[in-house]
Amino acid sequence: MMISQFFVLSQRGDNIVFRDYRAEVPKGSTETFFRKVKFWKEDGNAEAPPIFNVDGVNYFHVKVVGLYFVATTRVNVSPSLVLELLQRIARVIKDYLGVLNEDSFRKNFVLVYELLDEVIDFGYVQTTSTEVLKSYVFNEPIVIAPARLQPIDPAAIFTQGAKRMPGTAVTKSVVANDPSGRRREEIFVDIIEKISVTFSSSGYILTSEIDGTIQMKSYLSGNPEIRIALNEDLNIGRGGRSVYDYRSSSGSGVILDDCNFHESVRLDSFDSDRTLSLVPPDGEFPVMNYRMTQEFKPPFHVNTLIEEAGRLKAEVIIKIRAEFPSDIIANTITVQMPLPNFTSRASFELEPGAAGQKTDFKESNKMLEWSLKKASVESFAYLGIVGGAEHTLRAKLTFSQEFHGNITKEAGPVSMTFTIPMYNVSKLQVKYLQIAKKSSSYNPYRWVRYVTQANSYVARI
Amino acid sequence: MPPPAASSRYPSPSQPSGKSEVTDLKSQLRQLAGSRAPGVDDSKRDLFKKVISYMTIGIDVSSVFGEMVMCSATSDIVLKKMCYLYVGNYAKGNPDLSLLTINFLQRDCKDEDPMIRGLALRSLCSLRVPNLVEYLLGPLGSGLKDNNSYVRTIAVTGVLKLYHISASTCIDAEFPATLKSLMLHDSDAQVVANCLAALQEIWSLEASHSEEACREKESLLSKPLIYYFLNRIKEFNEWAQCLILELAVKYVPSDSNDIFDIMNLLEDRLQHANGAVVLATVKVFLQLTLSMTDVHQQVYERIKSPLLTLVSSGSPEQSYAILSHLHLLVVRAPFIFASDYKHFYCQYNEPSYVKKLKLEMLTAIANESNTYEIVTELCEYAANVDIEIARESIRAVGKIALQQYDVNAIVDRLLQFLEMEKDYVTAETLVLVKDLLRKHPQWSHDCISVVGGISSKNIQEPKAKAALIWMLGEYAQDMSDAPYILENLIENWEEEHSADVRLHLLTAAMKCFFKRAPETQKALGIALAAGIADFHQDVHDRALFYYRVLQHDVHVAERVVSPPQQAVSAFADTQSSEIKDRIFDEFNSLSVIYQKPSYMFTDKEHRGPFEFSEELGSTSITPEVSSDIVPAQQFEANDKDLLLSTDEKDDNKGLSSNNGSAYTAPYESSNISSQMQELAISGPAASATTTQSSFDFDDLLGLGLSAAPAPTPSPPLLKLNPRASLDPRAFQQKWRQLPISLTQEYSVNPQGIAALTVPQSLIKHMQSHSIHCIASGGQSPNFKFFFFAQKEAEPSDYLTECIINSSSAKAQIKVKADDQSTSQAFATVFETALSKFGMP
Repeated sequence: MMISQFFVLSQRGDNIVFRDYRAEVPKGSTETFFRKVKFWKEDGNAEAPPIFNVDGVNYFHVKVVGLYFVATTRVNVSPSLVLELLQRIARVIKDYLGVLNEDSFRKNFVLVYELLDEVIDFGYVQTTSTEVLKSYVFNEPIVIAPARLQPIDPAAIFTQGAKRMPGTAVTKSVVANDPSGRRREEIFVDIIEKISVTFSSSGYILTSEIDGTIQMKSYLSGNPEIRIALNEDLNIGRGGRSVYDYRSSSGSGVILDDCNFHESVRLDSFDSDRTLSLVPPDGEFPVMNYRMTQEFKPPFHVNTLIEEAGRLKAEVIIKIRAEFPSDIIANTITVQMPLPNFTSRASFELEPGAAGQKTDFKESNKMLEWSLKKASVESFAYLGIVGGAEHTLRAKLTFSQEFHGNITKEAGPVSMTFTIPMYNVSKLQVKYLQIAKKSSSYNPYRWVRYVTQANSYVARI
Repeated sequence: MPPPAASSRYPSPSQPSGKSEVTDLKSQLRQLAGSRAPGVDDSKRDLFKKVISYMTIGIDVSSVFGEMVMCSATSDIVLKKMCYLYVGNYAKGNPDLSLLTINFLQRDCKDEDPMIRGLALRSLCSLRVPNLVEYLLGPLGSGLKDNNSYVRTIAVTGVLKLYHISASTCIDAEFPATLKSLMLHDSDAQVVANCLAALQEIWSLEASHSEEACREKESLLSKPLIYYFLNRIKEFNEWAQCLILELAVKYVPSDSNDIFDIMNLLEDRLQHANGAVVLATVKVFLQLTLSMTDVHQQVYERIKSPLLTLVSSGSPEQSYAILSHLHLLVVRAPFIFASDYKHFYCQYNEPSYVKKLKLEMLTAIANESNTYEIVTELCEYAANVDIEIARESIRAVGKIALQQYDVNAIVDRLLQFLEMEKDYVTAETLVLVKDLLRKHPQWSHDCISVVGGISSKNIQEPKAKAALIWMLGEYAQDMSDAPYILENLIENWEEEHSADVRLHLLTAAMKCFFKRAPETQKALGIALAAGIADFHQDVHDRALFYYRVLQHDVHVAERVVSPPQQAVSAFADTQSSEIKDRIFDEFNSLSVIYQKPSYMFTDKEHRGPFEFSEELGSTSITPEVSSDIVPAQQFEANDKDLLLSTDEKDDNKGLSSNNGSAYTAPYESSNISSQMQELAISGPAASATTTQSSFDFDDLLGLGLSAAPAPTPSPPLLKLNPRASLDPRAFQQKWRQLPISLTQEYSVNPQGIAALTVPQSLIKHMQSHSIHCIASGGQSPNFKFFFFAQKEAEPSDYLTECIINSSSAKAQIKVKADDQSTSQAFATVFETALSKFGMP
């Protein structure tokens, strides 16, 4: 597991940090890497794979917030180990800087060097625990104002929507002192579910999967023990049954196909009462990852129709229906659909009174885009799609050439992205979050938050 | 070493040109060097930061070395750290100046703050200046004995650094021995882990010229040491756990209990959120069980779910690494993943490197039961916006078609692609249709009618054009306008850039000529003339050859150019099984990602943990190594757990019962796919006898037939070998390969049905007729058995699946045989034997 170099490059290819641990890789590796990634294929279409070999040097990279985290080695190492390590380094740095982006990185590069010195020695990983590293880091982070939070940051997903959430709290550094001089005792437990659904052209579900994470970030002092209780009727493993046998999954309870746990989690009483206990280390980490193929109700139903309407013309109708309770609001919804290649124009017709909806036809890649977002900060009336609502888009297409085949083969599939705060489809729940008490007056803030996001949400036509 | 110079291609506007700034820094540093003024540390910090930031972006700041060292006299730890970082970067290039740093580093190594001691020691060892090594010995020696574990971890790695600067100094100072004792006795897990890493590296490098190092390296794999690490694996952090697991992979277990002990110790590592830990554990499991087919397959079943979870929980990059390993497993044992095919469907937002892997996996998994759905899904991708993926999907459909027997439906789909009227889809499809026709000429009719409708003008890609031309030549008699299409193409000879297409054009014109001479003669003439005048050597040669052979004798020419069609039965596999095995042995390494064994992409010294198999050439050794040791115990284990029930088996998969010993014993034997999965090995005899052991076959079964079994006289037609042997693996392989030569149904007499309730009764009975059971299982009323028998005189086997339904009193048998002409004779023997079952 010997790593020769670690470096971080900006999107333009500038070195932000560069650390050579073993002096085995000739100089120029950063340029070699960047050129390879930028020009992987002449047509620029295919993305470079995360691992490749140039002249006997293996390059590993992960992309985080638009930055390349790269490791090089000449040794035939475990690929997962290096990629996992790169992700972990990014996470540790984020824990220290609060917000991870190019700006915060550049302002704090000396602190990052301090971290890198302790994380890897002579190519061998020493530790990636934010907690352990605390005692070795002496630079104070220069904190970036959370107002400049990028929307891709996972913390951002909680800041939108109707419910007021202290979304900025998870962007504070584990070491930075609060301006007020005292630390707020609080702990965040986020249940984040990414769902993938493929609907067939006739509307039934071909495949569906939930990939969930229970993520924790603790700002509690004195490392108290935490107990998290999950649904009592939680089952893990589907026995001998086929994973995709929907008919037989009518039974009660939440059935996970499989899950894994952070190393701090103790499962002593998990079998009997479905509780996890742990002493949360500093920083953000996944307590548990799970995967579920049990049938669930997809939050959106999508109905698409494409029909020829005379020579050189066709009409598209997309209807989406929100299949969740009306007190839940989904936001940042976008619907995309590739149109036939010979489409030259598209005109849109929204339902009467539609607010906060935008439509677009991207000429370059023949893509229809429909977004249903918070219209603006001022219009409190419209925040997204309310549960139960239905919205329709009609588009009239004009073609540049006549077409004789089957038009449904030329367009689609329709894909959706969305975020639904305070909602989870798996019904997995944190029943309670218990913090071992230090004193009777000790009552830290506990935030348990749910969110559902689309991973690959596709309806074929 | 100095960091690389900044990229000239991508200059950043913020990057200063260098020179003047560095001079500026130099003078500023000099001013601060001697200063004791308050606040001087803050100014130094700013300056140091500037130096480091220049260093990072690639500006050479080595010229301020002296000033940096002068400024380093400070108690500010942040300053110290920056200074150490700087010195580490430039010392190698400035050995003379480095001497300046030795003093303050040595002093810091004695600081009372362990943090400073550690940092100084690390920097001291990182100077990489050979003539300074003598200064390392003292601080390293005391570092290894430091009472603070942070200092010790750094000192241990320091020893390794010293070894790389000067191996002899390190060995002479007997540091390896010190590390070994630390490894065994230190209370800090990270110190122990670093000792292990350092010793592995040092002894591996020393082993080439020192027998002692060789022995030491071996000793790392001794049983007590392996258990010392494995028993306390949870004390180590996840990265050190990976190190230990990599070590455990190389351990050769003494017996099957040993194997199960290790697997039980590591079972919960499969639930780790860190993919690296899980994959390292998977490797241990796979390697340990190589010699035990049954458990090996159990391992596959066990690891499937955790790996799938890792694929979906990480970043796309991490998913890719895990998926590459799943890809390897899927290709190795497709039947185990056959029902999980939906996990390998592509998601529209996945990067193309992930999609490509998934397409290959879907191709590998496709079998009779899932082909329809997989092909349907792949057809959806053919309309994908990502053209490269669309192409790959079509190729995948083609590969599936080539590996299936029933291609009827697939051919229809392929032909539908041609109707999509997308150039690249048509191009890919044509190539596939050509391959398909080479394998299944009987499809020519359906294909040709569609292919004939394609306008050659729409096809630009050379490969597709060549395929179309090949079909035009090959099936000229079925395509009415074949000669005219060819003529058209030949007339545009000059515009045809691909030599390959021109070559095909020549051959097709010839073939067409033999079938439809009057219509083709003119075109062939033009083609030959153009070919002979062609600049391309091969085209020229082929045209000339055709011309001459035609001159010589048209019939000979026809025999040469257009012999009767012969179906191609198999297309050459691109990778040999030897290479595939090699990659499998290098599981959890880059070999899996690149799909190449390590010797193809690394030089010898960097091959890492796999170097040990180097001297053994290209043969895969692991199975042999362990099978020498295991059989006897394996046999015991089999015997003990003969009747491990299906229920227990299911529990093994569940999370809840994994805390106990999930891997007590093998419970089934099959590669044959699901049909054998419910069966328990009934007779250990089979595997035991293959090891040429001398013990009595019947005694082993405890039949009480100590004398030679008294087989009832077999029918004269066929004599069976009473001591036939076949190991389960060979059985599975044969069962997969051989076709069913006979299916029959017999009645079983009531006495027989009654006797069936006694465990093993039928097995013993058939045994006495020289028909041996290899696996059995089932519950009333359905019982299933797999039998085998062997001809007395020659090693020709009969394999039989027998399903007895006790309520209908019927037995259904399927026979597969090496010598199929005698399977009826065997069936008679079988029936005779079965009819006597339950008779006194």
